[in-house]
Amino acid sequence: MSIQTHRAERLPAQPGSVEFDADVLVLGGGPAGTWAAVSAAERGARVLLADKGFCGTSGATAAAGTGVWYIDPDPALREAAMANREKMGGYLQDRRWMARVLDRTYQQSNRLADWGYPYPVDEHGRSQRNSLQGPEYMRLMRKRTKQAGVAILDHSPALELLVDDNGAVAGASGVRRQKQDRWTVRAKAVVIATGGCAFLSKTLGSNVLTGDGYLMAAEAGAEFTSMEFSNPYAISPAFGSVTKTLFYGWATFTYADGSVVPGAASKGGRSAIARALLRGPVYARLDKADDGVQRHMRVSQPNFFLPFDRTGIDPFRDRFPVTLRLEGTVRGTGGLRIIDDACATSLPGLYAAGDAATRELICGGFTGGGSHNAAWAMSSGLWAGQGAADYARQIGTTTARRLLSAATVAFRDRPRRAFDPAALAKAVQGEVFPYELNYFRDASRLNGALARLDAGWRDVAEAGPADPADVFRAREAAAMLATARWMYRSALARQESRGMHRRDDFPDQDGRQRHYVTTGGLDEVWTSVRPHADAVHAEAAE
Amino acid sequence: MIEVIDAERCTSCDICVTACPTNVFDKTDGIPVIARQSDCQTCFLCELYCPEDALYVSPFADEAQLIDVVMLKRTDVLGSYRRAVGWTDDTRDRRGVDRSYLLFGH
Ligand SMILES: Cc1cc2nc3c(=O)[nH]c(=O)nc-3n(C[C@H](O)[C@H](O)[C@H](O)COP(=O)(O)OP(=O)(O)OC[C@H]3O[C@@H](n4cnc5c(N)ncnc54)[C@H](O)[C@@H]3O)c2cc1C
Ligand code: SF4
Ligand code: SF4
Repeated sequence: MSIQTHRAERLPAQPGSVEFDADVLVLGGGPAGTWAAVSAAERGARVLLADKGFCGTSGATAAAGTGVWYIDPDPALREAAMANREKMGGYLQDRRWMARVLDRTYQQSNRLADWGYPYPVDEHGRSQRNSLQGPEYMRLMRKRTKQAGVAILDHSPALELLVDDNGAVAGASGVRRQKQDRWTVRAKAVVIATGGCAFLSKTLGSNVLTGDGYLMAAEAGAEFTSMEFSNPYAISPAFGSVTKTLFYGWATFTYADGSVVPGAASKGGRSAIARALLRGPVYARLDKADDGVQRHMRVSQPNFFLPFDRTGIDPFRDRFPVTLRLEGTVRGTGGLRIIDDACATSLPGLYAAGDAATRELICGGFTGGGSHNAAWAMSSGLWAGQGAADYARQIGTTTARRLLSAATVAFRDRPRRAFDPAALAKAVQGEVFPYELNYFRDASRLNGALARLDAGWRDVAEAGPADPADVFRAREAAAMLATARWMYRSALARQESRGMHRRDDFPDQDGRQRHYVTTGGLDEVWTSVRPHADAVHAEAAE
Repeated sequence: MIEVIDAERCTSCDICVTACPTNVFDKTDGIPVIARQSDCQTCFLCELYCPEDALYVSPFADEAQLIDVVMLKRTDVLGSYRRAVGWTDDTRDRRGVDRSYLLFGH
């Protein structure tokens, strides 16, 4: 028996551009995007996936690999898995969503096993499924995406969303970097799976993640939530890019003189490392790992050792300098607000998955080292793909729709006011990298940064790059700028410390602020609060 | 950052041009060139995709390094990441040896 696949169609187009017609367009080809594409295609949709880089190597998962929140369907184990992170996340998780993500992740992981993912087998002969090697996983996902009949455009960043006369999202357009032309896809529904925003910090695999999807969605009017939880910093050798932090659980952190940094630890003591780095270099040595652990480390994360093996450092015996690189919303929990179980956003026709969407529902205000992001990417990807396919079927024929660009910055060129994308990106980094601004927050410092960022936005909002070939970079820098403003505006709105958000001027968690902060807007950034689901239920019961 | 395309080993298959997520390489009539080194994100993935072990990514993420290719080829570093993840014919068994489950929760 052969399964009928439906494919996106190529349409006639102007010279210098290509055009396609699809039911579902997926932007981003990491785990969230590929799962979305496969699940939409399995629902009978004609699907096209566009990735900024190469679907299979691009994004945080492909380069880094992930632990996965894979828990056997034993009620006691599931209950413990949900309960043990609630405090860390500041009690902002939603139990119903946690339960459905645990279910989904279990099923998806087992599907990966059926597809031939080489899960390791333990000494009792049991297949262990709570870790995925990045290159292996994403190579398999690319293969399955193609087999599902999905057309893939590689090296094809999306730059703007297209909307119809009613404001419904109806496609996107971008550039093909290796062909030096433009692409346009008319679609009935769009899934944003462009990952988070790591501000070009070189945290592993994340320089393709500049918040592009946020900017595009905001221009069309979408909302964000939990953007204050966007300041995780990851440990790496000072000179390197490998921000994999698990093994630093076996490290001792020291000052230049060899004395131990008090309170410093990978888990629960990272702020002590940040404070020490504000004063001078900090060194690490993985001296708590015995021979057996060292052997397991080598085979489990071969890329962790590349910076050491290639510089002659023995990380178990030698001290090496470390730094903390900002990971923004990649290991934060903020993102596009989703409004239903199918991961629809507040805009008709637009769905969000993975790091592009909020992870507040399962992580609250804290993630990192928890395997939740990977579980969320595969679960939300599947739901968004199915939701988009169902929506596309329901709206029926759309051939007559007139499509308009939703894009603003870099698309409304005023040639006299050109800006340099690299300089803008650097200016944004100057506001979001410093630990004293972003790790340790405070109203006066946040206000200072926001004043500069808002002024930056006024400068570029109506401008573009001098060279049209730089539109792609200009959009990246503008997306970073917009993301920084939602992040800090939300951080000001939360006048307490909760999850990863810490305020020097409000060091405690405040029981009355167990709510979500919503944000959005470009020229004017706004915030508002939404109650947590428990508060809603409590009111309903009264 | 990416530092070396070894002209002796490279067969101009252009796989690296396609596989690099940040579009660092350009095709030419012969072997590819590192056209935008400063865009390299030091993810090491091109090394995994090069079938000839002709690429070397230096672990220094922020600055370029001078590399002595002759010395480099006297070591076994070329292809070392590909062998470690089990993506060569004689290291296939390493694809399924992840022991993360013994290390989580430390
Ligand atoms: C070092 C590191 C270690 C991590 N470890 C863990 C872990 O152990 N457990 C865990 O749960 N999570 C972990 N994470 C987080 C996890 O990797 C992410 O949550 C996950 O990759 C999210 O998947 P995604 O598909 O949403 O995004 P990504 O995997 O980042 O993929 C996004 C894709 O979108 C593409 N894209 C971006 N912009 C555009 C555009 N304009 N147009 C088209 N395409 C675009 C990118 O090229 C990329 O392919 C880690 C992250 C890092 C950085
Ligand atoms: S992948 Fe390797 S062999 Fe192929 S072109 Fe690139 S460097 Fe040469
Ligand atoms: S290390 Fe990564 S970013 Fe750099 S050239 Fe290789 S694949 Fe491209």
